[in-house]
Amino acid sequence: MSDQGADAPAPDTPNGETPSGAPPVAIQLTDIVKRFPGVVANDGVDLTVRYGTVHAIVGENGAGKSTLMKTLYGAHKPDEGTIEVNGKVEVFHSPKDAIAEGIGMVFQAFMLAANLTVWENIVLGDEPGSRFSLDAGGARTRIRELGDQYGLEVDPDALISELGVGDKQRVEILKVLYRGAKILILDEPTAVLVPQEVDALFASLRELTAQGATIIFISHKLDEVLRHADAITVIRQGKTVGEIDDPSSVTSRELAEMMVGSELPTPETRESSVTDVDVLTLQHLTVANPESGARNLLDDVSFSVHRGEIVGIAGVEGNGQSELVNAIVGLADSTGTIVLDGRDVSHLPTRERRDSGIGYIAEDRQKDGLVMPFLLWENAALGHQHQAPYGKGPWFNVRGARTQTQTIVEQFDVRTPGINVPAFTLSGGNQQKLVVGREMTADPKVLVAAHPTRGVDVGAQAAIWDILRDARAAGLGTILISADLEELIGLSDRLLVMLRGRIVAEVDPASVTPAELGSYMTGATTGAH
Amino acid sequence: MFEKIWRASLAPLIAAASAIIISSIALIISGNDPVEAFREMWKTIDSTQSVVIILNVSVPYYIAGVAAAVGFKMNLFNIGTNGQYLLAALIAGWAGAEVSLPPLLHVPFVILVAIVVGGTWALIAGILNVTRNVNVVVSTIMLNYIAIGVSAFLLAEFFRDEETGGLVANTKLMPESARLPALNPIFEFFGFDFPPNVELFGFLPIAILVGVVYYVLLNRSLFGYELKLSGLNPAAALAAGVNPKKMVLITLFLSGAVAGMIGLPFLLSDPSFLKYGDAFPTMIGFTGLGLALLGRNHPVGIAAAAIVWATIERATQRLGPIGIPPEIGKILQGSFLLSAVIAYEVVRRRNDAAAVAAAAAATQHERPPPSEPSPIGVPS
Repeated sequence: MSDQGADAPAPDTPNGETPSGAPPVAIQLTDIVKRFPGVVANDGVDLTVRYGTVHAIVGENGAGKSTLMKTLYGAHKPDEGTIEVNGKVEVFHSPKDAIAEGIGMVFQAFMLAANLTVWENIVLGDEPGSRFSLDAGGARTRIRELGDQYGLEVDPDALISELGVGDKQRVEILKVLYRGAKILILDEPTAVLVPQEVDALFASLRELTAQGATIIFISHKLDEVLRHADAITVIRQGKTVGEIDDPSSVTSRELAEMMVGSELPTPETRESSVTDVDVLTLQHLTVANPESGARNLLDDVSFSVHRGEIVGIAGVEGNGQSELVNAIVGLADSTGTIVLDGRDVSHLPTRERRDSGIGYIAEDRQKDGLVMPFLLWENAALGHQHQAPYGKGPWFNVRGARTQTQTIVEQFDVRTPGINVPAFTLSGGNQQKLVVGREMTADPKVLVAAHPTRGVDVGAQAAIWDILRDARAAGLGTILISADLEELIGLSDRLLVMLRGRIVAEVDPASVTPAELGSYMTGATTGAH
Repeated sequence: MFEKIWRASLAPLIAAASAIIISSIALIISGNDPVEAFREMWKTIDSTQSVVIILNVSVPYYIAGVAAAVGFKMNLFNIGTNGQYLLAALIAGWAGAEVSLPPLLHVPFVILVAIVVGGTWALIAGILNVTRNVNVVVSTIMLNYIAIGVSAFLLAEFFRDEETGGLVANTKLMPESARLPALNPIFEFFGFDFPPNVELFGFLPIAILVGVVYYVLLNRSLFGYELKLSGLNPAAALAAGVNPKKMVLITLFLSGAVAGMIGLPFLLSDPSFLKYGDAFPTMIGFTGLGLALLGRNHPVGIAAAAIVWATIERATQRLGPIGIPPEIGKILQGSFLLSAVIAYEVVRRRNDAAAVAAAAAATQHERPPPSEPSPIGVPS
């Protein structure tokens, strides 16, 4: 078993050009149909992937991308259609069959044992050596070789729990390469990465293809798809709706329109509704670093949000945005003052702050914003449980909660079979619409929206933008934190840039370009504050 | 309604069937006739006396199950219900025998002492958890042993009834005013006949009340909502303004308080006890953990589980004399619990998958029909 990894993509893998000029086809899926009870997840999907290319598969949540990839990886069998690998029709009964054909999958959620080392994780299930002894030295050497070869250096003896997200992903990729995969499927590989890590990832993927590997990746970040993919397949409602061999021929807008099948709304806000009434004022807000001596996580931040205003916070992730949100909502110990609509709330606990009118859309809805096994009407009460119509003295008003949830579901277009289903049954976009609807119906004075459209499909994104705009017109003050610069520029009335816990610039979204914003965010340009 | 009951009982029925199959196999291997064994078991429980005994035995089991369920609902594994009830029974038994109060106050007084002692003992684990981050499973388990030691010491040194001499140590007998009368008269009023010397213990209505309070608190109160919330997603609870440390303390106190009542049926109603002593049953807390699991933390489920447990124990009591090992009861109980846990998980996964599919179907349904692929490069 120890030498199985030896046929990982080698430099001499066929990468020759066909007479027509394009590389030969590595994977050909024809007319794939996959049905689940009540749903047709794939309804005639075609996919052609050529040797040595980085091929992107894009589509909305629920379009059938993951189902298709599971078919290719052998996790389930298609009901109709054929899979051809290297021109040969294959039937995969299990992922084992797929890996035998050189197809490996890197999942979005890491499947690593945190208390084992890198090499132990990589060989797990495919251990080198004899039945009674593990060839640890051989495994380490092999992993170092693979790492050197493809630019995926990881210390084989490091503990997984000590690694960052980028390194963990490298380990996942190495795991697949170790098993001899030549065709790698990556399910939303960049969802968990920060921008620098995204660049490093694609550099590694490039290196892999240069040495003969073929990469298929799923994404809904269209900019990154356009920047890094050699070819793109667009899937909508279980069907292939676009096959693009030259990504430079499309814009991300056209791609997005193909994904949703209709014209796309833009995040631009219409006429200004900003008033001069302060609804939230932050003065010298500071969150200390728990490690003594280190610089503050949030450092002396002061600004005001007016009624009817959206204040955008731009910044590379990890520059104090989360701490700012937590300090306002009362989830982090902070110094300085927070005045909400004329009342100092700095010393109030989270519950009283939220009850006095701070709406909160958490950065990670599944972790902080929803309770997955709770039914929708239980989730609708979350954070507002003491207020009408959810709370009634010490009692939980089940009937009131149900009625209110029904209203939220209808008003905010949460697509669900009913309100008596657990939250985990909904797609990401519908979960987020429930969260946004919940916060809006509580009639907040200020909304703290952290990445309100992260990981939702284009349709839900547009709906959430509309909700934020309407609330702004109705006089809501909003703090919008987002990694999507287009969203920030489009929605905000005013943009603040955060760097190392401080506000380093204030810019006018009407005149700033994403490139300029980017240089403020990295500290290349300073000033304007 | 019927549909709902059928769904809830499907998994337990499968579990019961496989428990019967497994124990039949065990009987056959040990050279016994399963048909004969089960016929004998049925004969044993098929009497009014047996039914009353089963109910009496199941009451403390039921309370132990509810005590464990309170913790489970918040993902807190209170494995220390055993120690909590032993200590509570000792102190409540001693205090109840020491004071003299009118009957209407005496019983509530004993109950209150038991609740406070049980809750406080469990609270130690809570305080260790919120201040020093000590794992609740570990601390509650270890507190069991400390409780056993402490109660033995207290009984020997301070609470012992000096009049019972010799090797037996127990507290004084509870006075008349601290006894719950048997329920026989109520049933006799409705024309129900009890055989002589068979008493339905007066603690039963209090046990039912405990279940009702538990259900209402958990499903109709904000406290219950926040408790379930903290158990399922502590991060979301924090963001919703729930103080998780406070919830740990309150929940452990409540779980311990209910656990403190486990020994009360013996102190207040069982004529063969009416005092705490060496003969006091010691393992009911652990049984309760399994019953909460079996009853899925629902009061009706726990009650059913407790009755099944007591029934199996009663049914196997007379197997010994006819040469069938009564240990078959343990095999029945164990295989039933294990099969039930597996069956619940299988059913849960199936239901989850069905719910996800239904939600996906609902979403797809509302979408416009797919349009033709748009040609590349032509903005629509």
